[in-house]
Parts: sequence; structure tokens; C-alpha cells
Amino acid sequence: MKFNKKKKMKEFQDPYSFANAVTEGDSMTKLSMVIMGAGHFKHKQFIKGALFLLFELAFILFMVTNGFYNLSKLPGLGEAAQEGVWNEAKGIYEYSTGDNSLTILLYGIATIFLLIGFILVWRLCVKSSYKSQKLASEGKHLNTFKEDIASLLDENLAGLLLTGPVLGILIFTILPLVYMISMAFTNYSIKGNHLVLFDWVGLKNFGTVLNFNNSIGKEFWSVLGWTLVWAVFATFLNYLFGMLLAILINRKETHWKSFWRFCFILSIAVPQFVSLLIMRTMLQPEGAVNVLLKNAGWISTSLPFFTDVTWARVSVIVINLWVGIPYTMMQVTGILQNIPAELYESAKIDGANAFVTFMKITLPYMLFVTTPYLITQFTGNVNNFNVIYLLSGGDPTPVGATAGKTDLLVTWLYKLTIDKQYYSIGAVIGIFTFIVLAIVALVTYRNTGSYKDEEGFM
Amino acid sequence: MAKQITKSYKTKKRIKNVIVHAFLAILAAIWVLPIFWVILTSFRAEPGSYVDSFFPKSYTLDNYVKLFTDTNILNFPKMFLNTLIIAIFSCIISCFFVLSVAYCMSRLRFKLRKPFMNIAMILGLFPGFMSMIAVYYILKTLGLSEGGMIRVALVLVYSAGSGMGFYIAKGFFDTIPKAIDEAAYIDGATKWQVFTKLTIPLSKPIIVYTVLTSFLAPWLDFIFAKVICRANSDYYTVAIGLWNMLSKEYIDVWYTRFAAGAVCVSIPIAILFVYLQRYYAEGMSGAVKG
Repeated sequence: MKFNKKKKMKEFQDPYSFANAVTEGDSMTKLSMVIMGAGHFKHKQFIKGALFLLFELAFILFMVTNGFYNLSKLPGLGEAAQEGVWNEAKGIYEYSTGDNSLTILLYGIATIFLLIGFILVWRLCVKSSYKSQKLASEGKHLNTFKEDIASLLDENLAGLLLTGPVLGILIFTILPLVYMISMAFTNYSIKGNHLVLFDWVGLKNFGTVLNFNNSIGKEFWSVLGWTLVWAVFATFLNYLFGMLLAILINRKETHWKSFWRFCFILSIAVPQFVSLLIMRTMLQPEGAVNVLLKNAGWISTSLPFFTDVTWARVSVIVINLWVGIPYTMMQVTGILQNIPAELYESAKIDGANAFVTFMKITLPYMLFVTTPYLITQFTGNVNNFNVIYLLSGGDPTPVGATAGKTDLLVTWLYKLTIDKQYYSIGAVIGIFTFIVLAIVALVTYRNTGSYKDEEGFM
Repeated sequence: MAKQITKSYKTKKRIKNVIVHAFLAILAAIWVLPIFWVILTSFRAEPGSYVDSFFPKSYTLDNYVKLFTDTNILNFPKMFLNTLIIAIFSCIISCFFVLSVAYCMSRLRFKLRKPFMNIAMILGLFPGFMSMIAVYYILKTLGLSEGGMIRVALVLVYSAGSGMGFYIAKGFFDTIPKAIDEAAYIDGATKWQVFTKLTIPLSKPIIVYTVLTSFLAPWLDFIFAKVICRANSDYYTVAIGLWNMLSKEYIDVWYTRFAAGAVCVSIPIAILFVYLQRYYAEGMSGAVKG
């Protein structure tokens, strides 16, 4: 492993590193640290130099007009409340704009992101200027701007292809995440009326959530417990039954294979929220299922599908089977056909029955191949908002509680933020959800073959 | 003697077969029943969600007609058009993103490759809509939360982060033999040419799969759409519309129309899906079978 790492280090070793640029760069390269692009001008790479310089000027302009102000506001998150001042002359109240902590926080974080981005470009500029210096002193060819552009289609293709996706991820995934995570350390909540102005409170919210002695803390532990139970059942039952179904359909003796597959796949093709909403209306106390069963004389009172705790929990797991089994069947069919037939032949000769063959050959093989799939399924189930929210809505909910008995961490998070506006507590729950998932995923994922030996597949 | 054994073996096998088929038939019925129920409901003449028999007492096409003509409260045709526009644009962007990232991770070797893959995995563990409110404020700051820009906002929401979902496509690209690439490099091809002229044409199943999943996302999601559209009913997508039809104030009138709407949305998706699922299976199992 250690050896491997060393090899990796060497593989990407850069003769034009930043450290080298600082120690061995000539005066113009060093000037590039202050005036970006200076080194490029010296080596007649005018367009490149001008672009760097323009970038630097734009950044300085931004920092002077907005950036420093944004950063300075960040520690206090704004103090001035909106105030109405009676204007005698006009005979109306004039409202001052007042601070909005939410905007201040967002602008502050965005400014930090830009700052980091600037530092990266700045490093790139110094390195590239050092590279030009080195190449010039060795008498080698310096790329013109045209050639630089052309290299984007060849050796620097990764840069071209990744810019868009990375920007998208930065702005719409990482920035919001950092924003939400930082909210966990504030008192942004309807509690104490901190919806417009709020302050940093450190780890206080984490204390509230982990504390057994208050209502939020108690709910947290019970929701966490149910989330894990749900995820384990939902994942493994789906996996097992889905695989059995696939095996049944794949049997050599089974007729009309594609017809059976079609029946099950049809349920995937119907949008999930449609089928779940329909199930929900069908299973209401006065819904179709109860009415039909009553009319048939099988029951006298409605079955409490989503009103009794145990019934509700079993119902969501069972309905999730309806949703999930076809998926597993589809995923698994191809892999099942790849299991070497010799294994089954020799098992047959040794007199193994179907159960033993399944336990000793099929299951171990499938587990080996599909561990990453299982992990994604598990994390998907911990985050399975749709099934819970659309089916039971987290109900039954005890009076006065914020979380229902079938609420998962994610649906509780949704309720806390959207319905109750306890944003800070919601953010803490989100972080804990992540921690639970990260532990499970990292421990299992690191131990799978496909991660350790990525190229081994070939 | 031997004949008898084979005979009893045969009957045993036959019984087993009958049991398996009966079992599959029961399961298939369970899976198809709710779908069958929606189709029946969409033709039901009696309004309301309350029923006392499985089959409707009388049938009508009125639900479909009303769904597309009664546009005062919930404008279903407009929602359909909104969703279609959003789906087409977000599909184009996400496909480009997913395929580029997957290709970079599979074929190109650069310093940030492993870190990128690890970060993508870690980010995938955060509950997606934990940052939903933050996304809304960012869109608001960018001026995308009002009027026609809502469509742009939704396209961005569905496609911007799609680069993280590269794992399946990467797995597929990994199975295309590297020797093909190397041969092309020897012939003087650039990496861009290899990507567009070799890898892409060899990857039909996974492209179809990516197109399909990204095209479907806007039809299926209603959480983000709800938060971003808020009360701007002009820009509602189909999912919010259907969800609203089941809310307390509309359910009595709109329940059967909801079923009709569900059928209208599901049929094209189902046809696409059933037709394309072989690509899905192929995409899962790799380009070149061993």
C-alpha cells in the first residue's frame, strides 16, 4: 500500500510546482505573484497574460466594492433590525432596510468561495509563468495561445470536460451544503423569533438534539432508531425477494419469461409518486381496500393501516417491497446470468438441492458483485423521502410531537424546516443523517473489491 | 423400474412448475392491480375518492376531456408543456455533464481524479433536499425565482449537480477495451476525437440510459418543484399539479381526473421505459460481454 502511494505521488509529480516557482522563479515570475500575468507578458504570451491580469483586476474590483464588506459582516451576521421612523413631513412610517442575516451569511460564504477560487487561479498563474520561464531558458518551444486552446481538446481534455460539471456541483451542491451546515451553528429558527436576524451559537444545537432530557432529543433518538430499522429491513428484504423473483423467472423451465418481467417492470414505469399516492388513498380508513373488505364481510372495523404504530410501520415496509422488488429484479437479472454455469453443474452432481445451491453459490457470488449496489440502496433507503412522506406522512404522530412514528430523519428534517421553520435544528439533523450514512458507507465501501482494485475488473 | 423413476421425476417436476407459475401469477396480479385500479378510476363516472365496489358502476371519457379543457383552477395542459420544456433542456445538460465526467474518470488520468471521485461519493451521502432551502435562496439571489425564470431555475436544479451521478456510466466506459483507444492514439487521434468518435458511438446503451433517467427526473420530482415554484401556478410541473389534485379542497372533484392525469403521464413514460429497458440491462452489464 505504501509503495503504491509513493508510485502515485511520482505519477503526478510536477516539475513546475508552486514551491519551485517560489524558490527558483526569476524576478518576472515573482512579479506575477503581485501582478498576475507579468511573467507571460515577458515571454510574449500576451493573450494569456492579459486574461490573468483581467481576472485579477475584476477580483480586486469585486472585493473592494462588495467582498470585504461581505466578509466583515460575517462574524456578527448583522445587527440592525428593520425600524419604522415616523416621517412628519410625509405623514408615513419610513422603514429602514435593516439587516437580513440569511443574505449576509449567503454572501459571506459565496465571497469565501470566490476567494478560494482566486487563490487557486493565482497559484496556477504563478506556476504557469514559472513554466514559461523554465521552457524559455531551456530553449524549448513555448505554447502560443492557439496551441493552448488546442491542447484543451487533447492533453488537457479533462479541464475542458470537467469545468461545467464542477461549476454546477460547486454552485448548486457544495455552496448550498456549506450554507446549510453553517446554519446548524446559528439560532436561525422561529423559536425566539430569529427568522430575520440570527447569531452564531456554536455547538448549542447539537447539544439540544443529542440531549435525552428534552423533547427534541428524545424524538431524535427514537427517529434515528426507526430510520436504521427501516433501512435494514427495506434494503435486505428488497434484495432477497428481488433476487428470488429474478431466479424464479430465470429458471430454465419457466415459460413466458418476458411477460412476467413486463408485469413487474410496469410498476417501475409508473411514476413513484403516482403509485404511492394511489396506495395512500386506497389504504385510508374509508379507502377502497377497507370498504371492499367490509363489503365482503371479512372485517367489521377498518384496518388501521396508517393510524396504528405497528400497522403503519409494517405497511410502509411492505409497500416499499412493492416499489423496490422490481428494481432489484431488473438490476440482478443480468448479473445472475453471468454466474458460471459450471458451478451449478458441479453442485448438481454433488446432489445439492435448490436451497443449498442458493445459499452456497448464488448468494455469496451476488453479495460479492453487488456490495456497492447494496450500499447505494441502504443510503437511498435512509434518505427515502418519497415512500414515507407520500404514504404515511410520518403518521401516526403523537400529540404535541414534531416527529411521527414512521418519520425518518429526512422526513423529520423536512417537517422541521418547511412546516415548523426550526431551520437550525433541521440543519443539525441533516448533518447527523450524513454522519450515520458516512460511517456505514465508508466502512463497507472501503472493504469491497471494486474500490480496492479498480482496474482489477479488466 | 428405471422408467418408473423417470416418470415420477417428471410428474414431480411438472407439479413444481405449476406451483412456480401459479406463484408468479399471484405476484404479477399484486403488482399490476394498483395500476389496473388507476386505469379503471380514470374512466369512472361517479366522482369522489369514496368507492364501494372495485369496478365502476358506469364508465365515461369525461375525466380526460375535463382534465384538458377545464383549465380555470388547475391548468393541466400548461403544466404538461412546462414539464416537457424543462425535461428536454435538463436532459441535454445532464447528459453532457454525466458523460463528460464519466469519461474523464474512466479514461483520463489526472491529479484530482481520485479526490473528485471521493468527494462525489461523500456529497451523495447528504440528504439532497437538506440544501433545498439554500438552493432556493441562491436562485433568488441570482434573480431566478420569479416569473419565466422559474423554468430556468428548475432546469438548473435538475441538471447542475448531475455530474455527480457518473458512477454507472463510468462503470460502462471501464468495460470498453483500452486497446481501442490506444490504436486510435497511434493513428494520431486527439483525446477529444477518441471521446466523440470512438467512445460515444460504442456507448449507445449507457447514453440511452442517461437520457432516459435525466429526462424522467422533472416528471417525477415534486419536492424541489414545490419549493421553487411556491405559489406561481403558471409554472407548476405535472407532479405538483397531480399532488394538488389530491389536496383536501380538490379531491372530491378532481380525484377521477387525477387518475386520468396519472394515466396520461404514465403511458408515455411506461412505453419509453419498457422499450428501453433492454438498454438499461445492457448498460448495467457492460459494453463488451466476456
